[in-house]
Amino acid sequence: MKRLSPFQLAITLAAALILLFIVAPLAGMFVATSPSDLFSTARDAEVQQSIRLTIWISLAATVFFAIAAIPLAYLLARKDFPLKSLVAGIIDLPVVIPHSAAGIAILGFVSRDSVVGKMGSAIGLNFVGHPAGIAVAMAFVSLPFLINAARDGFSGVPVRLEKAALTLGASPARVFFTISLPLAWRSIVSGLILMFARGMSEFGAVIMVAYHPMITPVLIYERFGAFGLQYAQPVSVLFILISLSVFIALRLLARNKKQKTAADA
Amino acid sequence: MLELRNISCRFPGFSLTNISFSVSNGEYFVLLGESGSGKSLLLEAIAGLNKIKSGSLLLDGRDITHEKIQQRSIGLVFQDQAVFPHLSVKENIAYPLKGKHLTSSEKSDIIEEVTHILQITRLLNRRPETLSGGELQRVALARALVQKPKILLLDEPLSATDSKLRSELRALLRQINRTGQTIVHVTHDFDEAVSLADRIAILQDGKIVQTGTPQDVFGTPANGFVAHFAGIHNFFRVKTKKVSGQTIAYPVENVPVISTDSPEEDSGYMLIRNEDILLSASNFESSALNNFEGIVLDNYPSRTGMEIVVDIGIRLFAQISRESAERLNIRNNGKIWVHFKASSVRLIAG
Repeated sequence: MKRLSPFQLAITLAAALILLFIVAPLAGMFVATSPSDLFSTARDAEVQQSIRLTIWISLAATVFFAIAAIPLAYLLARKDFPLKSLVAGIIDLPVVIPHSAAGIAILGFVSRDSVVGKMGSAIGLNFVGHPAGIAVAMAFVSLPFLINAARDGFSGVPVRLEKAALTLGASPARVFFTISLPLAWRSIVSGLILMFARGMSEFGAVIMVAYHPMITPVLIYERFGAFGLQYAQPVSVLFILISLSVFIALRLLARNKKQKTAADA
Repeated sequence: MLELRNISCRFPGFSLTNISFSVSNGEYFVLLGESGSGKSLLLEAIAGLNKIKSGSLLLDGRDITHEKIQQRSIGLVFQDQAVFPHLSVKENIAYPLKGKHLTSSEKSDIIEEVTHILQITRLLNRRPETLSGGELQRVALARALVQKPKILLLDEPLSATDSKLRSELRALLRQINRTGQTIVHVTHDFDEAVSLADRIAILQDGKIVQTGTPQDVFGTPANGFVAHFAGIHNFFRVKTKKVSGQTIAYPVENVPVISTDSPEEDSGYMLIRNEDILLSASNFESSALNNFEGIVLDNYPSRTGMEIVVDIGIRLFAQISRESAERLNIRNNGKIWVHFKASSVRLIAG
C-alpha cells in the first residue's frame, strides 16, 4: 500500500474525526434504543399520527410555496433589477436568524390580531394551533433551500436555448415551461427534497406557532420534558429512520428519472 | 426583401451605428467582420432579440422594427446550434410548429420535407447528445426552416466544423438558398464569405464599411481595413478549365493563369498575394509558370516598400522594396515583366 504523507494523514484524520462527530451521537442513540422499545413506539397511535401529520404538512407547505418560489428563483437567475443583491440577502435571512425568533415573528404575523390572521378568520381559518400555521412556519425556515437550488438550476440553463425558443415562435411562458423549467428540473427537485426534509425537521419556529397538533419534533421535546431521555429516544430514532427513508426514496426517485432519461438517449 | 435603414443599437461598451443595407428575396447575403465587430449582435437585432434604438427594419415593405420576435417570420440558427438537449431530434424540429393550427399529418409532411432536404430523416428519434457537430447543425437548420421563415439568419454556421464537413455544409447552404430561401449569413471567414455570397457587407467596429458583390468589395476595397481583411489586392472572378491535368483560370479571356489548386467547380475567385508577384526588366527562364509582359500603370510608396500596379490585361498589384524599384527603374507607362508561381495562385469556388 502507498504510504501517506504526514499532510495526507492529517487531513484524513481530521475528516474521520468530523464524520465520527456526526455519526457517534446518532449511533449511540440507536444502540441505546432496544428493538422492542422501537417496535412499541412504532405502534403508539400518538406517534404514528404525529409522523403522518409532520410528513403531510411539510409536503403541503413545500408544494404550495413552490408555486411562487420557483418563478422567483427564475427571476433571480435571469433578470437584473435594482436591489437584486438585497433581495437575495433577504431570501437567505431565515437560514441565519434563530428559528425560535422566526417562530415569534410568524406568530405575530398570523395571530388573530394581524391582517393575515383577520383574513384567515374571515374564511374560518385560524393559523395559530392549526396545520396551516405549522405549514407557514415550516415554509418560512425551509424556503431558502428551494429558492437557492432552483436559482442555481435556472442559471445553469444556457440563455441561448431560451433565445432560440423565442425565435422559433414560442411565447415567454412557453419558453419557461418547455425549456427553462425542464432543463432546471433536477436542481429544482433537489431543492424541493431539501425544503421538504428541512420543513419536516423544524422545531423552533413551529413550537411558537402551534404546540398542538403535535408534529414529531414537538412530540420528542414533550416526551423528553415529561418522561426523560429514555422515552424521547425511541421516538427520535423512529423519526430519524422515517425521515432518512423518505429522503433516500425521493433522491432515488429523482435519480431513476435521470437515468431513465439517459437510457432513452 | 429585408431592409435595414440607419439602424443603431447600444450595448454596454459597444454600439452598432447607422447600419443600412438591403437583402433581396432569394439572395445569399454575407456579413463579414472580425470577432468583436458586432456581427452577431446585428443578427440578433434583426431577429428581435436585441432592441433597436433608432432606425427602421422593413420586411417586404412592412415595418418590423418593434414587432414581437414571434411574429417576424425570421429564423435564426445560432453558432452553437442551441438544439434543445432534453428533446429528441423530432421534438426539436417540431417545436416551432406548435400552436400553428396544423393537423398532425400536415406537421409530419413539413418535417418530412425539410428533413429530406437536410438528409436527417434517419436521425428523427435520436437524442441530441448522440449527434455529431455536423448533424446538430443540420437539426438546427431544419428546426429554423420548418417555420418557413422569409429570412434565414445564420450565425457562423461553419465555424465549429472540420474542413471536409465544411465543404459539405457549404454545398447544403447553397442548395437551401437555391430553393429560394433568402439567407443572411454572418462570418469572420473570408473564404466562406467569398464562396457563398451573392453580396457581401463588411462590418468594422459596429459600422458597415462596404457592401457589394465579392468582386466589387475585394477587387476595389473601400479602405485599408477591407483590403487587409482580404489580405490581397489581386482578387478576380475567374472561369477555370482543366487542360492536361493543369488548372487554368481566366480572369479575362486572353489572360490564362496557371494554378496548382484544383477547384471542383468551373467558376470562382482567384487570389494572388501582392508579395508573391515578381517583377523583372525582361523575360527570363525560371520555375514560375506564370509570366506576362505588362505596362506599369502606377507606383507609390507603401508601408513595406513600393506598390506597383501593372496592366497585363488585368490590373495586378505587386509589392517590392524601394531598392528593387530603383534598380528596375520603374516608371509609369514603362514595360515590365511579371512572374508568379502556380502555387501562389489560390482558387476559391463560388
